[in-house]
Amino acid sequence: MGHHQKEVSMSEVQRHDNRLGIWGWLGGGRWGIERYAYILHRLTGLGILCYFLMHVVVTSLRATGVYLWVEGGVLHQPAFKVGEFLVFAAFAYHACNGVRLVLVELGFAVGKPIEPVYPYKTSLNVQRPLLIAMMILAAVFLAAGGYQFLGLAK
Amino acid sequence: MRETKYWTWHMAAGVAILFLLGLHMLIMHLGGTTHLFAPHGGEAVSKANSLFRDGTLFFTVTYILLLGVALYHGLYGLRTILFELTLKPAVEKLTTVVLVVVGLGLFGLGTWAAIAAHAVAQAGARG
Amino acid sequence: MPESSKAVRQINFHVTRYNPEDDRIPYVKTYTIPVREGMTVLDGLHYIKENLDATLAWRYSCRMGVCGSCGMLLNGRPTLACNTQILHIATTDLAVGPLPNFDIVRDLVPDLTTMLDKHRALKPYVTRADEDEINDPAGEFYQSPEELEAYLQFTYCIKCGCCMAACPTLATDVRYLGPMPLAAAQRYNRDTRDDGRRERSKLTGGADGAFRCHYAGECSRACPKGVDPAKAIQLLKRQLVLDYLHLARRKGPCQKLHGPGQGKPLPNVPAAPARTV
Repeated sequence: MGHHQKEVSMSEVQRHDNRLGIWGWLGGGRWGIERYAYILHRLTGLGILCYFLMHVVVTSLRATGVYLWVEGGVLHQPAFKVGEFLVFAAFAYHACNGVRLVLVELGFAVGKPIEPVYPYKTSLNVQRPLLIAMMILAAVFLAAGGYQFLGLAK
Repeated sequence: MRETKYWTWHMAAGVAILFLLGLHMLIMHLGGTTHLFAPHGGEAVSKANSLFRDGTLFFTVTYILLLGVALYHGLYGLRTILFELTLKPAVEKLTTVVLVVVGLGLFGLGTWAAIAAHAVAQAGARG
Repeated sequence: MPESSKAVRQINFHVTRYNPEDDRIPYVKTYTIPVREGMTVLDGLHYIKENLDATLAWRYSCRMGVCGSCGMLLNGRPTLACNTQILHIATTDLAVGPLPNFDIVRDLVPDLTTMLDKHRALKPYVTRADEDEINDPAGEFYQSPEELEAYLQFTYCIKCGCCMAACPTLATDVRYLGPMPLAAAQRYNRDTRDDGRRERSKLTGGADGAFRCHYAGECSRACPKGVDPAKAIQLLKRQLVLDYLHLARRKGPCQKLHGPGQGKPLPNVPAAPARTV
């Protein structure tokens, strides 16, 4: 062999950072429904939090006699009603999915360890009925809230 | 093990919120059908109904409880999301401090408001 | 036996290329190769290297789905190249990329040292107080089939890194341990011969441990061996919470059953041959 090649250790070789970043949260391939449930859980959580921090301040004003949300108040506009319904919807989803997550993350709805036999059945298969049930429940709450929001309830 | 402690309380707070906020939603957003705790009729959020609830010890206590667990649950959730962005340790520390300050501050504000509104509502009911 | 089709179809392989010495960022190069039914992606890559472009680099070894070397991103999903038939996932185009969430060394080769370092940090071996018994065993440890069942599934891991590539938390959080190390930790925590659960919980129950998992379940979907790391992590969380609340059952590691020559043989069982060691 004629040429001499300098020994290069793994730590010295140049790398390219291949992390997906935030795109890895939102998009990066074709996923299962549980991943979309996780994304929506995060989005609804952040949405509820933003509303909640303002809500605490606004409702605390009642101690000084200022009621912004009653008839005639600044927050009684239809636009705010829509926003309120969105928060209600976010809570309906977040709560129902949250119940599923409490059960799953405490190991109750994931099934027992089994010998893997192809085609593999994973904990995702075991908790799928719970996911479907929770989504139906969230839809029911959404319908009930929407019914009132549209002014149909008396 | 600290993270285990925070997370366990995050889950417990979530379950508590399920019931407390669920009740709040039943009154406010499903009140058209349930008419819960809105004896003065009309909208659940009318001034008369708000004063009614503020005047009861039950609501004053549950509002403060709901405020506490919701602030903990929400701000810990926000902390989790932010920390997953690989922050520098100093930035992580600062974030925790800011969130704790915001949380305690809002809890103080809300608790004071609930107690003050309770006193006002009771005085109004008597006078 | 059903006849497999001998028809040849032209498939475009869009392969990510990157040479750290020449390229600033990775780019995609397209190769069109003839594909017959039954060809795996690994076969396709070999065709490219032998006939079209000898500079293409990737890792492979066993070509039968047991070594874990050939993990890649195929049409957006992380899986093994040797285990995936081209015509099962592509009709005209196949995107082949290196596993995401790892640095790229070159072309399709990911740098797995971060994953392996995290794995090593969790002490992925049986640890117990009586180290002499481990290093110089004088007898057997008893473990029932039920006790084996509690961790057997998590022993099938081949360290391919597909789960780490699929995890949404690892997309942004470099320090998160990840599904493979956490599943390995659960494998040893549930092994009745092991006593290292509390030692491991310093990491698994810490800021970068199991609680950074939010059950997106992509790791279990991606795993080519059915290890179900998502399940392992949820069971790990359960144990961590029980330990924190002091509700965990106090059970030491299984003890030595008996030394050689001390066990009572069942009737009609012939005597064992004399020891030669």
